[in-house]
Amino acid sequence: MTLVTNNAASNDVERLDAEAVNSAGKRQSLYAARKKIFPKRASGQFRRFKWLIMLVTLGIYYLTPWIRWDRGPYAPDQAVLVDLANRRFYFFFIEIWPQEFFYVAGLLVMAGIGLFLITSTVGRAWCGYTCPQTVWVDLFLVVERAIEGDRNARIKLDGAPMSVNKLGKRFSKHLIWLLIAVATGGAWVFYFADAPALLIDLVTGQAAPVAYITIAVLTATTYVFGGLMREQVCTYMCPWPRIQAAMLDENSLTVTYNDWRGEPRTRHAKKAAAAGQTVGDCVDCNACVAVCPMGIDIRDGQQLECITCALCIDACDGVMDKLGRDRGLISYATLSDYNANMALATAGGTDAINPDRVRNENGRLTDKVAHFRWKKIFRPRTFVYFGAWSLVGLAMLYALLTRDRLEVNVLHDRNPQYVLLSDGSVRNGYTVKLLNMIPEPRVIVLSLDGLPGATMNVVGLDQAEGRSASVPVEPDRLREVRIFVTLPADRLDEAGERFSFVVEDKASFESDVYRASFNIPEASR
Amino acid sequence: MSEKKDIDEVSGVSTTGHEWDGIKELDNPMPRWWVWTFYATIVWAIGYTVAYPAWPLVSSATQGVLGYSSRSEFSTTMDVVSAQQADLRQAIADKSLEEILADETLRRFATAAGDAAFKVNCSQCHGSGAQGSAGYPNLNDDDWLWGGDIESIHQTIAHGVRFAGDDDTRFGEMPAFGDILSADEIRQVAAHVVSFTGTPSDPALAEAGAQVFADNCASCHGDNGQGDITFGAPNLADAIWLYGSSEREIAAQVRQPKHGVMPAWQARLGDPTVKQLSVYVYSLGGGQ
Repeated sequence: MTLVTNNAASNDVERLDAEAVNSAGKRQSLYAARKKIFPKRASGQFRRFKWLIMLVTLGIYYLTPWIRWDRGPYAPDQAVLVDLANRRFYFFFIEIWPQEFFYVAGLLVMAGIGLFLITSTVGRAWCGYTCPQTVWVDLFLVVERAIEGDRNARIKLDGAPMSVNKLGKRFSKHLIWLLIAVATGGAWVFYFADAPALLIDLVTGQAAPVAYITIAVLTATTYVFGGLMREQVCTYMCPWPRIQAAMLDENSLTVTYNDWRGEPRTRHAKKAAAAGQTVGDCVDCNACVAVCPMGIDIRDGQQLECITCALCIDACDGVMDKLGRDRGLISYATLSDYNANMALATAGGTDAINPDRVRNENGRLTDKVAHFRWKKIFRPRTFVYFGAWSLVGLAMLYALLTRDRLEVNVLHDRNPQYVLLSDGSVRNGYTVKLLNMIPEPRVIVLSLDGLPGATMNVVGLDQAEGRSASVPVEPDRLREVRIFVTLPADRLDEAGERFSFVVEDKASFESDVYRASFNIPEASR
Repeated sequence: MSEKKDIDEVSGVSTTGHEWDGIKELDNPMPRWWVWTFYATIVWAIGYTVAYPAWPLVSSATQGVLGYSSRSEFSTTMDVVSAQQADLRQAIADKSLEEILADETLRRFATAAGDAAFKVNCSQCHGSGAQGSAGYPNLNDDDWLWGGDIESIHQTIAHGVRFAGDDDTRFGEMPAFGDILSADEIRQVAAHVVSFTGTPSDPALAEAGAQVFADNCASCHGDNGQGDITFGAPNLADAIWLYGSSEREIAAQVRQPKHGVMPAWQARLGDPTVKQLSVYVYSLGGGQ
């Protein structure tokens, strides 16, 4: 302790007994047991931002199924609903039938390109802020901290022998974790059925077994991933850390330890300075290591384990403030800025790092130091990503706005291809599928276009033989009807084989056309 | 066996001793989760072979303590389906054909079941699309030898046509006019029959045939060749011909008529199935 009293500046800075668990320098054997990580609570702008993100993402996840959206009497009133039993997907004003699933594929394409775009500009922002694994681990850590205390208390508790106190804390921690996990799995199933009705069924034990099984599986994964496995999911199970390396370039933002101003680090800065040594801004307080949920030391450089949650930035900024130094010893920085500053601090690589080259006499950074400018986001690569992303989005939007809500599909009988009737006329059979894709009942007028002289008859509809028929179709349903089209004997030779089935909704003026063919005996051609 | 382990310098991991162009294969251990999953699958497999049929014996195989077989699963499924359809089958057995046609659910069930029965029992002669062929009537059209209303169709299917084993079978036979009429008269009457719907090869021949037709044929086929379903006498004044529409083919049929035979299905399939077949045939488009 005498050493510390000699150092006025680091008097205020608590040195933490933290060590990077995951470090390239001392990589453990694959069979070594996991070393527990006890992340210390961080505070600062990024932590506040992460609280906000957590609130928004969890809010969206838990509350969305409860939003109502009036679609009239023939469709469910849940705003977001995946109705697997009826094969419909509802998203506010959009209703998707199974054959329109390509919209979801388009959304996935957009998500993929969006991930490229985000990664090439702000690095692994998805990992650090919005990935469910990160959000739920954060939530579980809040619980852990509230019950067992912050880092030191947790380490102490972990090392303590089992006692009533420890058992009680552990029990309540795991109980709350499990409750959160149940709520997580529970919220998921509400997306697949009417939420209020399902909640009652779930509580009274009357819901479908698959609902309970889904909740059980998701409870288990949430509890295991968020409470027990935590950083191992990111490090060992997730492919994204591997992919991101290919996505980053020298202008992507990553969480960076700026060793060009931090090194040489020393715990006794004043003493060293007094001795005439070069002293960097890093006082080796290990605050950045203590807060890291991944158990790494960011000062080892950019590494696979780093999810860029930026909590080390908050921790370090707090220390820099206390020391009266510029913030940003650990900061979001691009590789090109880092290299420029490094060249500055090493005099173009000719010398060891000397922070005095980037600091003025007050210890502040000089104007020559490069900082990130938002302009750097706009570069060819991000324009290409954004262009591709927008194109897919606009194409989907166009397809969505102009899509048909009335469709006709026709299957021409192949066996027999035609039927010769006793008066010499020829009959062809068709199976016609009428798709009424709105939640309103409709009367669809089906008529023949072309094939002069031909008449048709809808089986089972009890309408006069003619050129058109009115078919009532239930809301949001497909109706399949059998249709016989008959061509009189005296029109066989003059009839072109191609004609069309035209369907129309006289009320909304929607229509659709199916080009069909008509078969006649070889001898009649 | 005290072989010295080769340690890779860069990673500090022992190697397998395999080396290709200076590239060594590291002997990293399997991930523990993988190893434990592997062991778990072995344990699972042992339990599985006990529970399910697995081990081949000389002439059979172990049955497994659960007694499962895909055959019994299939028959169980079929029993369940049969039980679910019991009400419908009973309704079809109890109700008249008119009632079945009037009931949408029954009609659809009978049509589907009749379709399946048709594919098994009838398609050999009438074709899988019931389109028939020379000598075998097309069931899609509106021309019926024995009547196209639902009851007539049912009667025909139930008791067959010219079927020796059924007393109620449809019966009608045309004499072989080769023994009765001269060759010229047969040519004349064939030309006359063609003239009902088309153009005969020689109008004079057809005119001469009118008297032959009136004397020999009109009693069954009608004055204008319109046929008579009482005897199964075909309509000669329409576009549909069972044995061909040319004068030569018609003459052959006059001289030495071919008579098709259809078995009676009532005794073989039972009345509910015959009803289903009737509804199916009736639905093909020609039912009257």
